[in-house]
Amino acid sequence: MFKRLLKRELLRQWRSRQDVTNPLIFFLITVSLFPLAVTPDGELLASISGGIIWVSALLAAMLSLESMYRDDYRDGTLELLLLQSGSPYLVVVAKIISHWVTTGIPLVVISPVLAIMMHLPTHAMTALLSSLIIGTAILSLIGSVGMGLTVGLRQGGVLLSLLVLPLFIPVLIFGASAVTAAGMGLEYSGQLAYLGAYLAGSIALVPLASVAAIKISIH
Amino acid sequence: MTWQWFNRLTSPKSYFDITDWLLPPMLIISVILMMVGTYLGLYDSPIDYQQGNTVRIMYIHVPTATASMFGYVVMAIAAAVGYIWRIKMAHMAALSIAPVGAAMTFLALVTGAIWGKPTWGTWWVWDARLTTELILFFLYVGFMALHSAFEDRELGDRAAGVLAMVGVVNVPIIHYSVYWWNTLHQKSSISVAGKASMPVEMLTPLLLMMFAIILFCTAISMYRIRNEILDRERDKNWIKERLSA
Repeated sequence: MFKRLLKRELLRQWRSRQDVTNPLIFFLITVSLFPLAVTPDGELLASISGGIIWVSALLAAMLSLESMYRDDYRDGTLELLLLQSGSPYLVVVAKIISHWVTTGIPLVVISPVLAIMMHLPTHAMTALLSSLIIGTAILSLIGSVGMGLTVGLRQGGVLLSLLVLPLFIPVLIFGASAVTAAGMGLEYSGQLAYLGAYLAGSIALVPLASVAAIKISIH
Repeated sequence: MTWQWFNRLTSPKSYFDITDWLLPPMLIISVILMMVGTYLGLYDSPIDYQQGNTVRIMYIHVPTATASMFGYVVMAIAAAVGYIWRIKMAHMAALSIAPVGAAMTFLALVTGAIWGKPTWGTWWVWDARLTTELILFFLYVGFMALHSAFEDRELGDRAAGVLAMVGVVNVPIIHYSVYWWNTLHQKSSISVAGKASMPVEMLTPLLLMMFAIILFCTAISMYRIRNEILDRERDKNWIKERLSA
């Protein structure tokens, strides 16, 4: 059952490809705005690039959250899925995983290119990739709650960021500081451990909240 | 039998009966205590050997900060109770606490900034505790924004309730942030079990203010619940009878 749900979700994301590519383009554009606005100076960029890439990735992933529920909610598929699959929990988990695979992973994959453009020190690359992998997964999880709560609302978009971003701040702090620490040649496993703990806690608890949220929107 | 008082509080009508005589003295006592606490704190307490008179901001800052976190926990518990047992009154309580808690968070942030300027030399630092208190403010705002975005009030109750429960994760983070990151903000000087690291003349007004402000917030929130009931149940007969009497 879960396999079929997951396959359906991945197929759906694949067929609406601009939902996958738009966040990536947004990510590229946002990051490239910073050298224009702040400074093209390589040394200064190197010191702030970790944070910029993290914030931009976070915003790009936020934008893509809509695709998780919106279409299925509008045409009534979501309601049927929740009713007929027998387990709303599995539906939500399948959506979260497919969202992460189709938006989180691509963001992580193109981030090294941006990191090089932003003069991020090469020895910080591993830290950037590993922290982003965990961070995007947490965002897909937490975002599913926010999206579940706001899917039926007209002005959902702005509200979504108001709900999700505060919860995501701890992740941003640890993620960006891991990259900064690695850039200075320091140990960063502590920050990664915190991120991992946050991820473990989210995996355990968030799907439950997400199910509750989506049930309210379907009512 | 033991749950009878709870059942009575969850019925809007008996809530009105109880709060009719409970709330006015509660509010008056809290205001008197606040005045006494302010007097003791601002005039009749010793100055700090390092900070001088600026330490007196503590008597406002610490109680409002405590109330802001305490308020969030109570709001989340109320939301959870309302969500699990579908008790309307609990949802109304959560909704009524939110603006009061947000106001306390705002006060704690502002007094903290005023205190930070003379002691740290800056209004704001991106320190763990300040940032998490700011997040707490956003959570309160998000709760109210989400609730008002729903046209159907009861749906809004449940949706905002889920958000409140998810956001409660932040409260322990605020509390422990000072131990984990250990930055500019000092650690707490009072603890339940251990001995407080301040003289009695300072501790008394501080505890008095904490009690007074929490009592004040409780009273204000309970008044807000009354207004919420009036608004939601204005078509019910008992309210009409009450208002015409």
